Amino acid sequence: MTELLTATEIAEQVKSRKVSARQVAQNALARIDRLNPVLNAFTDVTRQRALAAADAVDAKLAAGHDPGPMAGVPYAVKNLFDIKDVVTLAGSKINRDDPPAARDATLISRLDAAGAVLLGGLNMGEYAYDFTGENAHDGPSRNPHDPAHMAGGSSGGCGAAGASAMVPLSLGSDTNGSIRVPSSLCGLFGLKPTYGRLSRVHSFPFVASLDHLGPFARSTADLALSYDCMQGVDPADPMGASRAPEPVMGEFSKGIAGLRIAVAGGYFAENGYPEALEAVAKVAEALDVAHRVEIPMAKVARASAYVITMSEGAALHLERLRTRHADFDPDVRDRLLAGAMIPAQWVVKAHKIRRAFHDALMHLFQSVDILLAPATPCKAPKIGQKTLILDGKEMALRPNMGIFTQPISFAGLPVVAVPVWTASSGHLPIGVQVIAPPWREDLALRVAHHLETMGIASAPVARGLETYA
Amino acid sequence: MTKADTDALIDALSAYLELPVEEAYRPGVKFHLETARGIAEDILALDLGDHAEPAAVYIP
Repeated sequence: MTELLTATEIAEQVKSRKVSARQVAQNALARIDRLNPVLNAFTDVTRQRALAAADAVDAKLAAGHDPGPMAGVPYAVKNLFDIKDVVTLAGSKINRDDPPAARDATLISRLDAAGAVLLGGLNMGEYAYDFTGENAHDGPSRNPHDPAHMAGGSSGGCGAAGASAMVPLSLGSDTNGSIRVPSSLCGLFGLKPTYGRLSRVHSFPFVASLDHLGPFARSTADLALSYDCMQGVDPADPMGASRAPEPVMGEFSKGIAGLRIAVAGGYFAENGYPEALEAVAKVAEALDVAHRVEIPMAKVARASAYVITMSEGAALHLERLRTRHADFDPDVRDRLLAGAMIPAQWVVKAHKIRRAFHDALMHLFQSVDILLAPATPCKAPKIGQKTLILDGKEMALRPNMGIFTQPISFAGLPVVAVPVWTASSGHLPIGVQVIAPPWREDLALRVAHHLETMGIASAPVARGLETYA
Repeated sequence: MTKADTDALIDALSAYLELPVEEAYRPGVKFHLETARGIAEDILALDLGDHAEPAAVYIP
């Protein structure tokens, strides 16, 4: 039953030779075969590669060598990561015409070097312009806690694969919330690092100004382990930070003593369904936090991220919009076409607002170390749902599932989304963002781990999956 | 901005950008343009002065 273990537990068992990496990989592949027809998380399963990589780990161990800190840990990646010899779909039909990738994405190379075993590529919203996990070409990723509900997006396959324990670890991307939204809807821990922290090289872009990559897992220890293995300067990423790795493995379990934690009020206390506000209140109560602060400029920050995304996304896809418009997911195409018509002045102003927002946040972080905010305005909607009620008004669901995540990634702040279960969320989880100052992933992970230790945040494997399979 | 204005904008910019907007796409494009116009109100209303620098800066 290695399928239900965390990444950390698997690595320990493989390194101590209680189980072989091959057996772990075979167990995971069998679980994918059983559950993927229902949950639609994987678009590519790299079976032969996985078994070869697992055998290489076992061979190293047999020879007395250290296979790395993630020995034998199965993982998968959103299908916008380049996987050598696999076509990088980025959730699209159009990219199926591309040749297979010539090499792996940098983060895959780093996890493989640590002994992890790649099992394949994961479903996603087309070109990452999505918060639902729905996909017109591959079908929707389904929520393992209730397959009639969305997994969230755009890294929907990461949410579905993680909460069903097809893999203990996955990598996704987050431009405006695409790690944190599926983490919230599927009940996983998700880490969106500081903008520029992890290399994006050899992943398909969306909005270069805002794109981040990061891990999903069922434990904070797994986030910390994988994050440390992926850190490091990559000169090939123009926005990559020239910072030496700042490991968190020795930090994340240090507790919360001395940390000044506050709940984000104002914008982040409005527009949420009861379960979103209840989740934040539950976390705040557990941490004995009564302090509330207003994050200045949050609404205009979200507006700015929205406009930049429309415009940069459209610029990226302009030629495809001219020549392949019929091959887009209609929901994505119409937003991109509109984005091509956004005035340049709005975008320039939005970038100026980004700097002003950064400065305002740095001022706020002089008196606070951690901010708590909802991750999504509601728990997982049903697949196909098109609207939600925000502030008493019926709004389009697809762009508005990110109202709480967008301002935070706009500022490039590190966030751990922690899964919470509340009375009003019923059988579905909902996430809370634990937000730290730039480059302080360690602080966000410390709070997330503390909540996990208290039992306030948890990412159990979805129950009842066998009845669906 | 009226609905007719949005239609005129789509007609003009699709021609200017050589970007086909088929009739089936038009309702969606209109919706997103009108939504963006509403969202942009906050951006346009914020006065940052003449010396504000954008965050996207090229570093040689």
